[in-house]
Amino acid sequence: MKPYLAQSRTEIKLALSQGESLLVTIGIPVIVLIGLSLTKALPLPATAKSATNFLVPGTMTLAIMATGMVSTSIATGVERSYGVLKRLGSTPLGRPALLAAKITSILVVEVIQLAILAIIGILLGWHPVGNWGLFVVSAILATSGFAGIGLFMAGTMKSEVIIGAANGIYLVLLFIGGMIMPLSSLPGALETFARLLPAAALSDALYHSIGIGGSIPLWAWMNLTIWAIGAPLLAARTFKWEQ
Amino acid sequence: MTTIEVNDLYIAYGEKIAVGGISFQANSGEVLTILGPNGAGKTSTVESIEGYRRPSRGSIRVLGLDPHKDLPKLTQFIGVMLQDGGIYPRMTPLEALHLFHDYYKDPLNIDYLIELTNLRDALKTPYRRLSGGEKQRLSLALAIIGKPKVVFLDEPTAGIDPEGRLAVREVIRNLKSQEVCVLLTTHELDEAQRLSDRIIILDHGKIAAEGDLDELMTAAQGENIRFSAPSGIDLSALEAEIGAKVTEERAGEYLIVTQATPDNIVKLTSFLAGRNIFVGDIRAGKSSLEDVFFALTGRTVEQDAQHGPSTGRRGRRHR
Repeated sequence: MKPYLAQSRTEIKLALSQGESLLVTIGIPVIVLIGLSLTKALPLPATAKSATNFLVPGTMTLAIMATGMVSTSIATGVERSYGVLKRLGSTPLGRPALLAAKITSILVVEVIQLAILAIIGILLGWHPVGNWGLFVVSAILATSGFAGIGLFMAGTMKSEVIIGAANGIYLVLLFIGGMIMPLSSLPGALETFARLLPAAALSDALYHSIGIGGSIPLWAWMNLTIWAIGAPLLAARTFKWEQ
Repeated sequence: MTTIEVNDLYIAYGEKIAVGGISFQANSGEVLTILGPNGAGKTSTVESIEGYRRPSRGSIRVLGLDPHKDLPKLTQFIGVMLQDGGIYPRMTPLEALHLFHDYYKDPLNIDYLIELTNLRDALKTPYRRLSGGEKQRLSLALAIIGKPKVVFLDEPTAGIDPEGRLAVREVIRNLKSQEVCVLLTTHELDEAQRLSDRIIILDHGKIAAEGDLDELMTAAQGENIRFSAPSGIDLSALEAEIGAKVTEERAGEYLIVTQATPDNIVKLTSFLAGRNIFVGDIRAGKSSLEDVFFALTGRTVEQDAQHGPSTGRRGRRHR
């Protein structure tokens, strides 16, 4: 237990002390939330009663994706290229506890992100409605899926490639993930493609759970569940501890 | 007591055989050094013993445990120093020491380690900004923080300053006195000669020679005379003069395999004086470890470090 706690502290400290990472995980979601809520520059879903009702769940999706996928892939990729993962593998920490510490770190960072976005949203006039239980379940499923994608990238690609790929996917999903624009505003084929990705499913799930209230569509549950199981399995099968 | 036991270790990567069936042992309180050119199979061998790699065939036991299957049990008793890296780039030595301290049940005192490895002035500098020597000393401190019974040191003195070199030697002597088994891999033959109880020279995945320093030197060439002079000396005439085989090992570097008697040295110098050949240096006596390494692998350590994987001629085999 002591090695796991020490490692978790380290992972959290490293995640919260890196400027570039904080920009992606907290800075951009906050800027997007404030900017789009005030300017209303992009279309909203017809069911949204206010901009914040759509943008708070959307930027929370962005934050979860940033921590689970972007931050995890880049940090783990760098650790792999520096031989940190290899070195830790020969300590009593062991690989399962290392993985558990990484998950703990992701969850702690996400709680901080979501709290900041919720507070800013409330200050901007957001009135959360719906089911927080569904919100938590869908956030955990999505975290598993995004972390699986992040670890897949970290365990198979060179660290220089990961930085470009992770940030590229982040940007693309920002626009087609239903986070800042409704999925229905995308062209038909692109909308269908977007609905296969975990970002769109999470944004829809969060919108329904805490944005407008109501039940989460079945396609979103299925999507999140498949990614939550499939991505970590793929990462586990392909992960190489050394570059 | 036998600490590391390797039997018929065989490691292949697809078609390529990295290690071709080697066996050896290492005991507690012993410093065993593995030498060999790049591509000889050193890393594959050591990483298999550390539990990082699964051998294709053969068995390995470290403290009676299988390092691949029983790695979680073994990690409390082993310390590993990688050749480079292995530490979070933004982490300071103080943070790294505290983190690793928390991994072990009965770790060494952090202040003691800081003094032992002379890291006091670098404690708050991020790892990526440390000098090569400071990185090595930190890596060494982390390898021994858990009071291991077996320590794996990969190039512990590479790029290290003279002060750090003394610190590393002191740590290794301490480990030895505490009955710790040290498995050392290095390109620095002087360090190997100074620190090792036994040496294994690997070449092309096989053990080319094994023994203590005296055994290796005797087995390699016994006594000899080496000298440097302009290239192209008439070797046949010199052989006739001295009555022993003479070879030009490298351009201008000559080896005479014979007893280093005063009479033979006089014959050599008379031969050279008679032809007005100027001598760079003459060395007579037992072979050095560098000579042994060259004789067995066909490469000098400097060539090896510069040129990467071995492409040199195969050396004379002693076992």
